[in-house]
Amino acid sequence: MQAFETDAGQGEPVLRMTGITKRFGAVTANEDVSFALQPGEVIALLGENGAGKTTLMNILFGQYAPDEGSVEVFGETLPRGNPRAALSAGVGMVHQHFTLAGNLTVWENIVLGTQPLGKLSLSPAAVRARITALAQKFHLKVDPNAKVGKLTVGERQRVEILKALYRKSRILILDEPTAVLTPQETDDLFATLREAVALGLSIIFISHKLHEVMAISHRVLVLRHGRLVAERAVTDTNREELAALMVGSEVTAPDIPAMPAGPALLSLRDVHATGLNGVTLDLPAGQITGLAGVSGNGQAALFDLISGLNPVRSGAFTILGQTPAHWTPRAALETGVGRIPEDRHTTGSIADFDLTENAILETYATKFSRKGWMNWGRARAATEHLIATYDVRCPGPQTRIRLLSGGNMQKLILGRVLEEAPKIILANQPVRGLDIGAVNYVHGRLAAARESGAAVLLISEDLEEIMTLSDRIHVISEGRLSPAFARGSVTVAELGKWMAGDGEGSHAA
Amino acid sequence: MEIIDILLSVSFWAAAIRIASPLIFATMGELICERAGVLNLGIEGIMVAGAFAGWFAVLSGLPLWAGVGVALLVGMTFGLLHAVLSVPFGLSQHVVGVGVTLFATSTTFFIYRVALPEVSSPPKITAFQPVEIPILSDIPLLGQALFNQTSLTYAAFLTVALTAFVLYRTPLGLAVRAAGESPSAVAAQGLSVTLIRMGAVVVGSGLMAVGGAFLTMSAFDSFFFEMVGGRGWICIALVVFGAWKPGKAMLGAILFAAFDALQIRLQQTGVGAIVPYQVFLMMPYVLSILALVLMSRRAEVPAALMVPFNKGER
Repeated sequence: MQAFETDAGQGEPVLRMTGITKRFGAVTANEDVSFALQPGEVIALLGENGAGKTTLMNILFGQYAPDEGSVEVFGETLPRGNPRAALSAGVGMVHQHFTLAGNLTVWENIVLGTQPLGKLSLSPAAVRARITALAQKFHLKVDPNAKVGKLTVGERQRVEILKALYRKSRILILDEPTAVLTPQETDDLFATLREAVALGLSIIFISHKLHEVMAISHRVLVLRHGRLVAERAVTDTNREELAALMVGSEVTAPDIPAMPAGPALLSLRDVHATGLNGVTLDLPAGQITGLAGVSGNGQAALFDLISGLNPVRSGAFTILGQTPAHWTPRAALETGVGRIPEDRHTTGSIADFDLTENAILETYATKFSRKGWMNWGRARAATEHLIATYDVRCPGPQTRIRLLSGGNMQKLILGRVLEEAPKIILANQPVRGLDIGAVNYVHGRLAAARESGAAVLLISEDLEEIMTLSDRIHVISEGRLSPAFARGSVTVAELGKWMAGDGEGSHAA
Repeated sequence: MEIIDILLSVSFWAAAIRIASPLIFATMGELICERAGVLNLGIEGIMVAGAFAGWFAVLSGLPLWAGVGVALLVGMTFGLLHAVLSVPFGLSQHVVGVGVTLFATSTTFFIYRVALPEVSSPPKITAFQPVEIPILSDIPLLGQALFNQTSLTYAAFLTVALTAFVLYRTPLGLAVRAAGESPSAVAAQGLSVTLIRMGAVVVGSGLMAVGGAFLTMSAFDSFFFEMVGGRGWICIALVVFGAWKPGKAMLGAILFAAFDALQIRLQQTGVGAIVPYQVFLMMPYVLSILALVLMSRRAEVPAALMVPFNKGER
């Protein structure tokens, strides 16, 4: 991807944020942040998860009222905490978690709130015509009559952008817009954004993906722990410098050398189950086995099978040399299977429980209670130990886990698993949505667990992750596994073929 | 067959429409609340209060339509109480709703006893009388059933049309539906979820009270405590049955009312002599449970129904 060739227009800034400070209880999310946005300019707001990017933008958009500081748009100071004022001043925001109603149609979502409530008609024909015209102008293909709930994630994002454009927004804020997109959709999005800038809009682009930041923006602001720590023109910087600024030190990805295989701790022979069609798999001690594949091809089914949630219909299932008669989640835990689930929000944690309760979810009955009584003192001490050992940034063990950033939540889950010294570790997309610092941390910990003799199954859609971490690699497609490839013996193109189900002999019965 | 004679009689269909009318008012009220994301279990009590308020206003000398207005206002007042507790305070909608039902019922009983301490049987008013609509009422069977009813019944059907129009054709209705689907989408557009939801609960509760008033001012001419007798709970089921759509919910109300009218008539037939009458009384409820099971499988429940919205929470 090429950096912008057009220069941002200079002159009166369209937006100026001055001295913004925001605290949530004991946590300071933003501290004395000031910057200005020029017309036709794309600013990237870069920072790790929890650095305060989203909070800053929510203040700009009026969803939070700042404790200190002011927001000026086109020279006018906005009232605090009033989204309506921000909207009418021309600020449009595309949230990371979309604010769309799934049971309503695209045009209904777009027109919501744009007409006076006393009006007797929605004038659907005129609305649809305007949406279609906007969609053509900005290359945002979407059917105005479709129900939003039936759209793909990429299409929903287009609806969000159309919503902002429909309101004639002059400043567009995009919060991690590419986190949910495929590479192709990301290219389309960037084309739309370039179109918007050419028409004079200004854009604030929030991300922690460095190559995207370099590709789309003119200027980069780096936030760390809620403070603005650096400001660079993209022409004067590079990925390495930005990464270092973001985490506050030089970033080095952990060096993960290959390890020899130990005995197989788990082996499956021609296993059939829901979502799995004859899987043969060994998980050797001391190695990371990578499982690549397009999402929905049986990864979750395999994860659940080993966790005891998906019963084996036929085939041999051997774990630590035993063939258990009844394989349940409880049995899996007791045997020493540690699980890092794909969705840390719904299956990995209970949002409204505090860190202590979440930390002991799997062990409360065995380690933290006696004769049916909870020992909260021990539980809290163990949680404090986890927080310290795994560098979970939080106000304390009594914090509700929903208030943590994704990276810190994942560190707690990782700690919960590793503290039990599991013999088999199942990690499904363990670094999805995490920033570089947290990614390297999680990878380092998984490698360390492997060195102490655990068998790790790493499930990921990110081939780069699979190829740098795994000692051996399988590809899953339609519930079938490819043969195992040793590290370095296979190319991305070959893995891609297997992912598409076109691997050599992959569908021979 | 006696049942066919019943189904072909004008009096049966006229009764079904009459029985359906209060259900239609209250079902529309509940539907508006739920579309905005608030389950209003105050419905049963609000109907009792409305039944009393409308009747008592007319008994005190007000004209009939003014009585309907009084019932509406009383319902809106209880609705405001529900709305304040369940929307800005975000309390459990179940607890608030049951509380409002108990509060409205007992307040009504108290006022009734204070206002009419001496009476053993409640006094009567001159209720709404049937108004025959020319030409339309000449249609065989349906004409007499549909177009020889009281003005309040016609108002019930107008309410359905109005509810559907507002919900689907106006910016206000879109905001109400969005508040029940995704309050964060409403807030992101700078609209107040709190005001929209409170408004829906207040208006919806007003309609519930008018449904109650129908019982004392149109179906009958006096007030008894048992007369609402669970109709509010039926309306909650009818909203689900109608998949949160005004037209379908209205058809559900008519269907339920038809079962009710049918069972009364079946009791007087040969079958009624053998089967205990309780079985007939049970029939509309059993059939509505069955219909509910069949109809509500694929209904699109408002996604944010019963989810309180707290601005700025993450």
